[in-house]
Amino acid sequence: MPIPNPLQFYSEPLPGVDTAELQGKLIVIEGPDTVGRSTQISRLRVWLEQQGHAVLDTGLARSALASGGIAKAKKGNTLGPVTMTLFYATDFADRLENEIVPALRAGFVVLTDRYIFSLMARGLARSEDASWLEKVAGFALVPHAVYYLRADVPSLVSRVVMGRGNFDFWESGMDMRFGPDMYESYVRYQARVIRALDRMAAKYEFTTIDASNPADMIFRELQRHINGLFHPPKKRVRARKA
Amino acid sequence: MPLLTPNRFKGKLIIVEGIDGSGKSTQLSLLAQWLRSQGLAVASSEWNSSPLVRETTRRGKKKLMFTPTTFSLIHATDFADRQERFILPMLKAGAIVCADRFAYTAFARDVVRGVSPRWVRNLYKFAIEPNLAFYFRVPLEVALGRILGGRDSIKYYEAGMDLNLSRRIEESFRLFQGRILEEYEGMAQEMGFHVIDATGSIEDQQMEMRRIVMEQLGEAIASGQILHKEGTFRANT
Repeated sequence: MPIPNPLQFYSEPLPGVDTAELQGKLIVIEGPDTVGRSTQISRLRVWLEQQGHAVLDTGLARSALASGGIAKAKKGNTLGPVTMTLFYATDFADRLENEIVPALRAGFVVLTDRYIFSLMARGLARSEDASWLEKVAGFALVPHAVYYLRADVPSLVSRVVMGRGNFDFWESGMDMRFGPDMYESYVRYQARVIRALDRMAAKYEFTTIDASNPADMIFRELQRHINGLFHPPKKRVRARKA
Repeated sequence: MPLLTPNRFKGKLIIVEGIDGSGKSTQLSLLAQWLRSQGLAVASSEWNSSPLVRETTRRGKKKLMFTPTTFSLIHATDFADRQERFILPMLKAGAIVCADRFAYTAFARDVVRGVSPRWVRNLYKFAIEPNLAFYFRVPLEVALGRILGGRDSIKYYEAGMDLNLSRRIEESFRLFQGRILEEYEGMAQEMGFHVIDATGSIEDQQMEMRRIVMEQLGEAIASGQILHKEGTFRANT
Protein backbone atom coordinates (compact mmCIF):
# COMPACT_ATOMS: atom_id res chain seq x y z
CA MET A 1 0.00 0.00 0.00
CA PRO A 2 1.46 3.39 -0.92
CA ILE A 3 2.06 5.67 2.05
CA PRO A 4 1.00 9.23 1.37
CA ASN A 5 3.92 11.43 2.29
CA PRO A 6 3.38 13.98 3.57
CA LEU A 7 0.04 13.21 5.18
CA GLN A 8 -3.07 14.61 3.53
CA PHE A 9 -6.58 15.52 4.53
CA TYR A 10 -9.46 13.64 2.97
CA SER A 11 -11.35 16.61 1.55
CA GLU A 12 -11.07 19.65 3.77
CA PRO A 13 -7.82 20.99 5.20
CA LEU A 14 -7.94 21.88 8.88
CA PRO A 15 -7.38 25.61 9.37
CA GLY A 16 -3.86 26.23 10.65
CA VAL A 17 -2.30 22.83 9.96
CA ASP A 18 0.67 22.50 7.64
CA THR A 19 0.84 18.83 6.72
CA ALA A 20 4.49 19.13 5.70
CA GLU A 21 5.30 19.43 9.41
CA LEU A 22 3.71 16.13 10.30
CA GLN A 23 6.59 13.72 10.69
CA GLY A 24 5.04 10.93 12.71
CA LYS A 25 3.00 7.92 11.71
CA LEU A 26 -0.75 7.67 12.06
CA ILE A 27 -2.00 4.14 12.57
CA VAL A 28 -5.67 3.32 13.00
CA ILE A 29 -7.15 0.17 14.49
CA GLU A 30 -10.76 -0.16 13.45
CA GLY A 31 -13.43 -2.75 14.08
CA PRO A 32 -16.80 -3.23 15.75
CA ASP A 33 -17.43 -3.13 19.49
CA THR A 34 -15.72 -5.80 21.63
CA VAL A 35 -13.63 -7.13 18.75
CA GLY A 36 -10.45 -6.81 20.79
CA ARG A 37 -8.98 -3.55 19.57
CA SER A 38 -7.83 -2.17 22.91
CA THR A 39 -5.97 -5.37 23.85
CA GLN A 40 -4.01 -5.15 20.62
CA ILE A 41 -3.33 -1.45 21.03
CA SER A 42 -1.87 -1.80 24.50
CA ARG A 43 0.44 -4.58 23.32
CA LEU A 44 1.42 -2.62 20.22
CA ARG A 45 2.25 0.37 22.33
CA VAL A 46 4.66 -1.57 24.53
CA TRP A 47 6.25 -3.19 21.50
CA LEU A 48 6.66 0.09 19.62
CA GLU A 49 8.15 1.80 22.66
CA GLN A 50 10.63 -1.03 23.06
CA GLN A 51 11.70 -0.31 19.51
CA GLY A 52 12.35 3.28 20.47
CA HIS A 53 9.22 4.95 19.07
CA ALA A 54 7.33 7.48 21.11
CA VAL A 55 3.67 6.50 21.07
CA LEU A 56 0.45 8.40 21.63
CA ASP A 57 -2.62 6.29 21.98
CA THR A 58 -6.03 7.83 21.66
CA GLY A 59 -9.52 6.67 20.87
CA LEU A 60 -13.13 7.54 20.34
CA ALA A 61 -14.78 9.72 22.98
CA ARG A 62 -11.58 10.50 24.86
CA SER A 63 -11.30 14.22 24.13
CA ALA A 64 -10.77 16.81 26.84
CA LEU A 65 -13.59 18.85 25.32
CA ALA A 66 -16.42 16.43 24.66
CA SER A 67 -15.83 13.10 26.42
CA GLY A 68 -17.75 14.10 29.56
CA GLY A 69 -20.63 15.51 27.55
CA ILE A 70 -20.91 12.40 25.41
CA ALA A 71 -20.86 10.10 28.42
CA LYS A 72 -23.59 12.14 30.04
CA ALA A 73 -25.67 12.31 26.87
CA LYS A 74 -25.53 8.53 26.56
CA LYS A 75 -26.92 8.13 30.05
CA GLY A 76 -29.99 10.18 29.18
CA ASN A 77 -32.73 9.20 26.80
CA THR A 78 -32.76 11.93 24.20
CA LEU A 79 -29.58 11.53 22.17
CA GLY A 80 -30.72 11.48 18.54
CA PRO A 81 -28.68 9.92 15.73
CA VAL A 82 -27.56 13.13 13.99
CA THR A 83 -26.73 14.70 17.35
CA MET A 84 -24.68 11.64 18.24
CA THR A 85 -22.73 11.76 14.98
CA LEU A 86 -21.95 15.44 15.45
CA PHE A 87 -21.05 15.07 19.11
CA TYR A 88 -18.57 12.33 18.19
CA ALA A 89 -17.28 14.47 15.32
CA THR A 90 -16.66 17.27 17.83
CA ASP A 91 -14.78 14.83 20.03
CA PHE A 92 -12.76 13.61 17.08
CA ALA A 93 -11.89 17.12 15.89
CA ASP A 94 -10.76 18.10 19.38
CA ARG A 95 -8.43 15.09 19.58
CA LEU A 96 -7.20 15.52 16.04
CA GLU A 97 -6.27 19.16 16.58
CA ASN A 98 -5.04 18.99 20.15
CA GLU A 99 -3.51 15.52 20.42
CA ILE A 100 -2.99 13.79 17.11
CA VAL A 101 -1.61 16.68 15.06
CA PRO A 102 0.79 17.90 17.78
CA ALA A 103 2.01 14.32 18.33
CA LEU A 104 2.57 13.85 14.60
CA ARG A 105 4.45 17.15 14.49
CA ALA A 106 6.68 15.85 17.24
CA GLY A 107 7.33 12.65 15.30
CA PHE A 108 5.26 10.29 17.44
CA VAL A 109 3.59 7.11 16.33
CA VAL A 110 -0.10 7.75 16.91
CA LEU A 111 -2.14 4.61 17.59
CA THR A 112 -5.79 5.36 17.47
CA ASP A 113 -8.51 3.08 18.70
CA ARG A 114 -11.04 3.78 15.93
CA TYR A 115 -11.21 6.78 13.70
CA ILE A 116 -13.78 8.46 11.50
CA PHE A 117 -14.74 5.08 10.06
CA SER A 118 -16.57 3.89 13.18
CA LEU A 119 -18.22 7.25 13.43
CA MET A 120 -19.41 6.96 9.83
CA ALA A 121 -20.38 3.28 10.21
CA ARG A 122 -22.56 4.10 13.19
CA GLY A 123 -24.20 6.89 11.24
CA LEU A 124 -24.72 4.65 8.22
CA ALA A 125 -26.18 1.93 10.45
CA ARG A 126 -28.67 4.60 11.55
CA SER A 127 -29.53 5.42 7.92
CA GLU A 128 -27.73 8.75 7.80
CA ASP A 129 -26.66 10.08 4.43
CA ALA A 130 -23.32 8.61 3.31
CA SER A 131 -22.10 11.64 1.42
CA TRP A 132 -23.06 13.95 4.29
CA LEU A 133 -21.09 11.82 6.76
CA GLU A 134 -18.10 11.64 4.49
CA LYS A 135 -17.95 15.40 4.04
CA VAL A 136 -18.50 16.10 7.73
CA ALA A 137 -15.48 13.89 8.49
CA GLY A 138 -13.52 15.32 5.55
CA PHE A 139 -11.11 17.21 7.81
CA ALA A 140 -9.57 13.92 9.00
CA LEU A 141 -6.00 13.07 8.04
CA VAL A 142 -5.53 10.09 5.75
CA PRO A 143 -3.77 7.58 8.04
CA HIS A 144 -0.63 5.67 7.08
CA ALA A 145 -2.53 2.47 7.74
CA VAL A 146 -5.95 1.30 8.84
CA TYR A 147 -6.09 -2.18 10.33
CA TYR A 148 -9.63 -3.44 10.36
CA LEU A 149 -10.20 -6.19 12.89
CA ARG A 150 -13.07 -7.99 11.31
CA ALA A 151 -15.41 -10.39 13.07
CA ASP A 152 -18.88 -11.65 12.30
CA VAL A 153 -21.92 -11.09 14.48
CA PRO A 154 -22.02 -14.55 16.13
CA SER A 155 -18.46 -14.19 17.32
CA LEU A 156 -19.18 -10.70 18.67
CA VAL A 157 -22.21 -12.06 20.51
CA SER A 158 -20.12 -14.77 22.06
CA ARG A 159 -17.48 -12.24 23.15
CA VAL A 160 -20.12 -10.05 24.78
CA VAL A 161 -21.97 -12.85 26.53
CA MET A 162 -18.93 -14.79 27.69
CA GLY A 163 -16.89 -11.67 28.39
CA ARG A 164 -18.72 -8.75 29.92
CA GLY A 165 -21.86 -10.81 30.34
CA ASN A 166 -24.49 -8.32 29.22
CA PHE A 167 -25.54 -6.27 26.24
CA ASP A 168 -24.87 -2.54 26.26
CA PHE A 169 -27.70 -0.20 25.28
CA TRP A 170 -25.66 1.75 22.70
CA GLU A 171 -23.69 -1.20 21.37
CA SER A 172 -27.07 -2.76 20.72
CA GLY A 173 -28.30 0.30 18.85
CA MET A 174 -31.28 0.36 21.20
CA ASP A 175 -31.72 4.08 20.52
CA MET A 176 -33.02 2.94 17.13
CA ARG A 177 -34.82 -0.16 18.41
CA PHE A 178 -33.56 -2.47 15.69
CA GLY A 179 -35.26 -5.31 17.51
CA PRO A 180 -37.69 -5.90 20.35
CA ASP A 181 -34.95 -6.65 22.88
CA MET A 182 -31.24 -6.01 23.41
CA TYR A 183 -30.13 -9.27 21.83
CA GLU A 184 -32.11 -8.93 18.61
CA SER A 185 -31.31 -5.25 18.33
CA TYR A 186 -27.61 -6.01 18.91
CA VAL A 187 -27.55 -8.63 16.18
CA ARG A 188 -29.18 -6.40 13.61
CA TYR A 189 -27.32 -3.25 14.56
CA GLN A 190 -23.87 -4.86 14.61
CA ALA A 191 -24.59 -6.51 11.26
CA ARG A 192 -25.32 -3.06 9.84
CA VAL A 193 -22.13 -1.64 11.36
CA ILE A 194 -20.03 -4.50 9.94
CA ARG A 195 -21.65 -4.12 6.54
CA ALA A 196 -20.82 -0.40 6.59
CA LEU A 197 -17.19 -1.04 7.56
CA ASP A 198 -16.86 -3.76 4.94
CA ARG A 199 -18.06 -1.32 2.30
CA MET A 200 -15.45 1.22 3.36
CA ALA A 201 -12.61 -1.30 3.28
CA ALA A 202 -11.67 -0.89 -0.37
CA LYS A 203 -12.27 2.83 -0.67
CA TYR A 204 -10.23 3.71 2.41
CA GLU A 205 -7.62 0.99 1.86
CA PHE A 206 -8.18 -0.96 5.07
CA THR A 207 -5.94 -3.89 5.80
CA THR A 208 -8.47 -6.46 6.95
CA ILE A 209 -7.43 -8.81 9.72
CA ASP A 210 -9.48 -11.81 10.75
CA ALA A 211 -10.32 -11.14 14.38
CA SER A 212 -11.60 -14.65 14.97
CA ASN A 213 -7.98 -15.80 15.20
CA PRO A 214 -6.26 -16.03 18.61
CA ALA A 215 -5.05 -12.68 19.99
CA ASP A 216 -1.38 -13.68 19.68
CA MET A 217 -1.76 -14.44 16.04
CA ILE A 218 -3.52 -11.12 15.39
CA PHE A 219 -0.75 -9.34 17.25
CA ARG A 220 1.96 -10.98 15.13
CA GLU A 221 0.07 -10.06 12.00
CA LEU A 222 -0.19 -6.43 13.14
CA GLN A 223 3.53 -6.40 13.98
CA ARG A 224 4.37 -7.67 10.55
CA HIS A 225 2.27 -5.00 8.84
CA ILE A 226 3.59 -2.20 11.04
CA ASN A 227 7.20 -3.32 10.46
CA GLY A 228 6.43 -2.94 6.81
CA LEU A 229 5.37 0.65 7.41
CA PHE A 230 8.69 1.53 9.03
CA HIS A 231 10.84 -0.53 6.73
CA PRO A 232 9.12 -0.56 3.38
CA PRO A 233 10.20 -3.56 1.31
CA LYS A 234 12.94 -2.91 -1.26
CA LYS A 235 11.82 -2.61 -4.83
CA ARG A 236 13.07 -5.96 -5.96
CA VAL A 237 11.28 -8.44 -3.79
CA ARG A 238 12.28 -12.04 -4.13
CA ALA A 239 9.48 -13.92 -5.84
CA ARG A 240 7.54 -16.08 -3.41
CA LYS A 241 6.51 -19.62 -4.10
CA ALA A 242 2.95 -19.70 -5.28
CA MET B 1 -28.49 19.42 -4.60
CA PRO B 2 -30.61 21.23 -2.00
CA LEU B 3 -28.66 23.07 0.66
CA LEU B 4 -31.04 22.07 3.42
CA THR B 5 -33.77 19.47 4.01
CA PRO B 6 -37.20 20.55 2.70
CA ASN B 7 -39.96 20.89 5.26
CA ARG B 8 -42.51 18.19 4.44
CA PHE B 9 -44.49 18.61 7.62
CA LYS B 10 -47.68 20.40 8.54
CA GLY B 11 -45.95 22.97 10.72
CA LYS B 12 -43.95 25.97 9.54
CA LEU B 13 -40.49 27.14 10.45
CA ILE B 14 -39.79 30.86 10.87
CA ILE B 15 -36.27 31.97 11.64
CA VAL B 16 -34.53 35.28 12.31
CA GLU B 17 -30.94 36.23 11.59
CA GLY B 18 -28.79 39.30 12.04
CA ILE B 19 -25.72 40.48 13.88
CA ASP B 20 -25.74 41.01 17.64
CA GLY B 21 -27.72 44.12 18.44
CA SER B 22 -29.88 43.96 15.32
CA GLY B 23 -32.99 43.51 17.46
CA LYS B 24 -34.00 40.16 15.94
CA SER B 25 -34.77 38.41 19.24
CA THR B 26 -37.07 41.20 20.38
CA GLN B 27 -38.90 41.06 17.07
CA LEU B 28 -39.21 37.29 17.05
CA SER B 29 -40.66 37.16 20.52
CA LEU B 30 -43.22 39.85 19.61
CA LEU B 31 -44.14 37.83 16.54
CA ALA B 32 -44.44 34.58 18.49
CA GLN B 33 -46.66 36.27 21.04
CA TRP B 34 -48.90 37.66 18.32
CA LEU B 35 -49.21 34.31 16.54
CA ARG B 36 -50.10 32.69 19.83
CA SER B 37 -52.73 35.34 20.49
CA GLN B 38 -54.28 34.37 17.14
CA GLY B 39 -54.87 30.90 18.56
CA LEU B 40 -51.98 29.23 16.76
CA ALA B 41 -49.60 26.70 18.25
CA VAL B 42 -46.16 28.28 18.50
CA ALA B 43 -42.90 26.71 19.66
CA SER B 44 -39.70 28.66 20.21
CA SER B 45 -36.10 27.54 19.98
CA GLU B 46 -32.94 29.53 20.51
CA TRP B 47 -29.47 29.08 19.07
CA ASN B 48 -27.01 27.39 21.41
CA SER B 49 -29.53 26.27 24.02
CA SER B 50 -29.52 22.47 24.00
CA PRO B 51 -29.29 21.11 27.55
CA LEU B 52 -27.48 18.04 26.20
CA VAL B 53 -24.58 20.07 24.86
CA ARG B 54 -24.60 22.99 27.27
CA GLU B 55 -21.96 21.66 29.63
CA THR B 56 -19.51 20.91 26.85
CA THR B 57 -19.97 24.34 25.30
CA ARG B 58 -19.60 26.05 28.65
CA ARG B 59 -16.48 24.06 29.43
CA GLY B 60 -14.93 24.80 26.05
CA LYS B 61 -15.67 28.50 26.35
CA LYS B 62 -14.47 28.82 29.92
CA LYS B 63 -11.20 27.06 29.25
CA LEU B 64 -10.77 28.58 25.78
CA MET B 65 -10.55 25.12 24.23
CA PHE B 66 -12.30 25.83 20.96
CA THR B 67 -10.74 25.90 17.53
CA PRO B 68 -12.78 27.09 14.53
CA THR B 69 -13.60 23.47 13.72
CA THR B 70 -14.70 22.36 17.17
CA PHE B 71 -16.58 25.63 17.71
CA SER B 72 -18.47 24.95 14.50
CA LEU B 73 -19.11 21.29 15.33
CA ILE B 74 -20.38 21.87 18.84
CA HIS B 75 -22.89 24.43 17.59
CA ALA B 76 -24.02 21.99 14.90
CA THR B 77 -24.40 19.34 17.61
CA ASP B 78 -26.45 21.79 19.63
CA PHE B 79 -28.66 22.51 16.65
CA ALA B 80 -29.03 18.81 15.78
CA ASP B 81 -30.19 18.07 19.30
CA ARG B 82 -32.76 20.85 19.21
CA GLN B 83 -33.97 19.77 15.80
CA GLU B 84 -34.25 16.08 16.62
CA ARG B 85 -35.73 16.51 20.05
CA PHE B 86 -37.88 19.60 19.62
CA ILE B 87 -38.15 21.29 16.22
CA LEU B 88 -39.01 18.17 14.19
CA PRO B 89 -41.66 16.84 16.57
CA MET B 90 -43.22 20.32 16.78
CA LEU B 91 -43.31 20.69 12.99
CA LYS B 92 -44.84 17.24 12.68
CA ALA B 93 -47.45 18.19 15.25
CA GLY B 94 -48.31 21.23 13.13
CA ALA B 95 -46.86 24.07 15.20
CA ILE B 96 -45.20 27.22 13.93
CA VAL B 97 -41.62 26.95 15.13
CA CYS B 98 -39.88 30.26 15.76
CA ALA B 99 -36.11 29.90 15.79
CA ASP B 100 -33.83 32.65 16.99
CA ARG B 101 -30.81 32.14 14.70
CA PHE B 102 -30.36 29.20 12.40
CA ALA B 103 -27.72 27.51 10.25
CA TYR B 104 -27.09 30.85 8.52
CA THR B 105 -25.48 32.04 11.75
CA ALA B 106 -22.94 29.26 11.33
CA PHE B 107 -22.53 30.01 7.64
CA ALA B 108 -21.62 33.57 8.55
CA ARG B 109 -19.76 33.20 11.82
CA ASP B 110 -17.84 29.99 11.29
CA VAL B 111 -16.65 31.13 7.89
CA VAL B 112 -15.34 34.35 9.45
CA ARG B 113 -13.48 32.09 11.88
CA GLY B 114 -11.75 30.39 8.98
CA VAL B 115 -13.86 27.27 8.47
CA SER B 116 -14.42 26.34 4.83
CA PRO B 117 -17.78 27.60 3.49
CA ARG B 118 -18.33 24.36 1.61
CA TRP B 119 -17.72 22.24 4.67
CA VAL B 120 -20.00 24.19 7.01
CA ARG B 121 -22.80 24.25 4.46
CA ASN B 122 -22.64 20.49 4.17
CA LEU B 123 -22.57 20.21 7.96
CA TYR B 124 -26.09 21.66 8.20
CA LYS B 125 -27.60 19.76 5.30
CA PHE B 126 -29.79 17.87 7.76
CA ALA B 127 -31.39 21.14 8.93
CA ILE B 128 -35.03 21.70 7.94
CA GLU B 129 -35.34 24.54 5.49
CA PRO B 130 -37.20 27.52 6.95
CA ASN B 131 -40.48 28.59 5.39
CA LEU B 132 -39.60 32.15 6.25
CA ALA B 133 -36.22 33.64 7.00
CA PHE B 134 -36.02 37.21 8.27
CA TYR B 135 -32.76 39.08 8.14
CA PHE B 136 -32.46 42.20 10.27
CA ARG B 137 -30.25 44.55 8.35
CA VAL B 138 -28.54 47.13 10.50
CA PRO B 139 -25.41 49.28 10.08
CA LEU B 140 -22.56 48.08 12.25
CA GLU B 141 -22.37 51.29 14.30
CA VAL B 142 -26.06 51.17 15.20
CA ALA B 143 -25.80 47.57 16.40
CA LEU B 144 -22.61 48.27 18.31
CA GLY B 145 -24.23 51.24 20.00
CA ARG B 146 -27.06 49.02 21.23
CA ILE B 147 -24.72 46.29 22.47
CA LEU B 148 -21.89 48.33 23.92
CA GLY B 149 -24.30 50.69 25.65
CA GLY B 150 -26.59 48.11 27.16
CA ARG B 151 -24.40 45.30 28.38
CA ASP B 152 -21.73 45.11 30.99
CA SER B 153 -19.34 42.77 29.26
CA ILE B 154 -18.79 41.10 25.92
CA LYS B 155 -17.55 37.56 26.13
CA TYR B 156 -14.37 36.18 24.58
CA TYR B 157 -15.85 34.14 21.72
CA GLU B 158 -18.67 36.63 21.12
CA ALA B 159 -16.01 39.22 20.44
CA GLY B 160 -14.12 36.82 18.20
CA MET B 161 -11.07 37.17 20.45
CA ASP B 162 -9.90 33.75 19.23
CA LEU B 163 -9.25 35.36 15.84
CA ASN B 164 -6.61 37.71 17.22
CA LEU B 165 -8.11 40.67 15.39
CA SER B 166 -7.29 43.00 18.24
CA ARG B 167 -6.22 42.70 21.84
CA ARG B 168 -8.90 45.14 22.90
CA ILE B 169 -12.14 43.26 23.33
CA GLU B 170 -14.38 46.08 22.07
CA GLU B 171 -12.26 46.58 18.99
CA SER B 172 -12.19 42.84 18.33
CA PHE B 173 -15.97 42.69 18.70
CA ARG B 174 -16.33 45.56 16.24
CA LEU B 175 -14.10 43.93 13.63
CA PHE B 176 -15.64 40.49 14.12
CA GLN B 177 -19.24 41.73 13.83
CA GLY B 178 -18.26 43.77 10.78
CA ARG B 179 -17.01 40.65 9.03
CA ILE B 180 -20.10 38.66 10.01
CA LEU B 181 -22.24 41.46 8.61
CA GLU B 182 -20.42 41.12 5.28
CA GLU B 183 -21.11 37.39 5.24
CA TYR B 184 -24.81 37.93 5.94
CA GLU B 185 -25.06 40.54 3.20
CA GLY B 186 -23.31 38.19 0.83
CA MET B 187 -25.81 35.38 1.35
CA ALA B 188 -29.03 37.40 1.79
CA GLN B 189 -30.17 36.95 -1.76
CA GLU B 190 -29.03 33.36 -2.22
CA MET B 191 -30.86 32.27 0.93
CA GLY B 192 -34.02 34.20 0.14
CA PHE B 193 -33.94 36.32 3.28
CA HIS B 194 -36.80 38.71 3.87
CA VAL B 195 -34.81 41.79 4.74
CA ILE B 196 -36.13 43.96 7.55
CA ASP B 197 -34.74 47.45 7.99
CA ALA B 198 -33.64 47.15 11.60
CA THR B 199 -33.04 50.88 11.99
CA GLY B 200 -36.80 51.51 11.90
CA SER B 201 -38.99 51.70 15.00
CA ILE B 202 -39.75 48.48 16.80
CA GLU B 203 -43.43 48.88 15.94
CA ASP B 204 -42.81 49.41 12.23
CA GLN B 205 -40.52 46.41 12.03
CA GLN B 206 -43.08 44.26 13.79
CA MET B 207 -45.87 45.35 11.44
CA GLU B 208 -43.66 44.53 8.48
CA MET B 209 -42.92 41.07 9.89
CA ARG B 210 -46.59 40.33 10.50
CA ARG B 211 -47.47 41.50 7.01
CA ILE B 212 -44.87 39.16 5.48
CA VAL B 213 -45.99 36.26 7.66
CA MET B 214 -49.58 36.66 6.53
CA GLU B 215 -48.54 37.09 2.92
CA GLN B 216 -46.41 33.94 2.97
CA LEU B 217 -48.19 31.71 5.46
CA GLY B 218 -51.67 33.17 5.49
CA GLU B 219 -53.09 30.46 3.31
CA ALA B 220 -51.67 27.64 5.41
CA ILE B 221 -53.00 29.33 8.54
CA ALA B 222 -56.47 29.97 7.11
CA SER B 223 -56.74 26.39 5.89
CA GLY B 224 -56.47 25.13 9.45
CA GLN B 225 -53.33 23.17 8.62
CA ILE B 226 -51.43 24.78 11.48
CA LEU B 227 -52.31 23.41 14.87
CA HIS B 228 -54.68 25.88 16.50
CA LYS B 229 -57.24 26.36 19.24
CA GLU B 230 -60.61 24.83 18.50
CA GLY B 231 -62.91 27.21 16.68
CA THR B 232 -60.21 29.73 15.80
CA PHE B 233 -59.98 28.86 12.15
CA ARG B 234 -62.53 27.18 9.98
CA ALA B 235 -60.82 24.50 7.98
CA ASN B 236 -61.96 24.76 4.37
CA THR B 237 -61.39 21.16 3.42
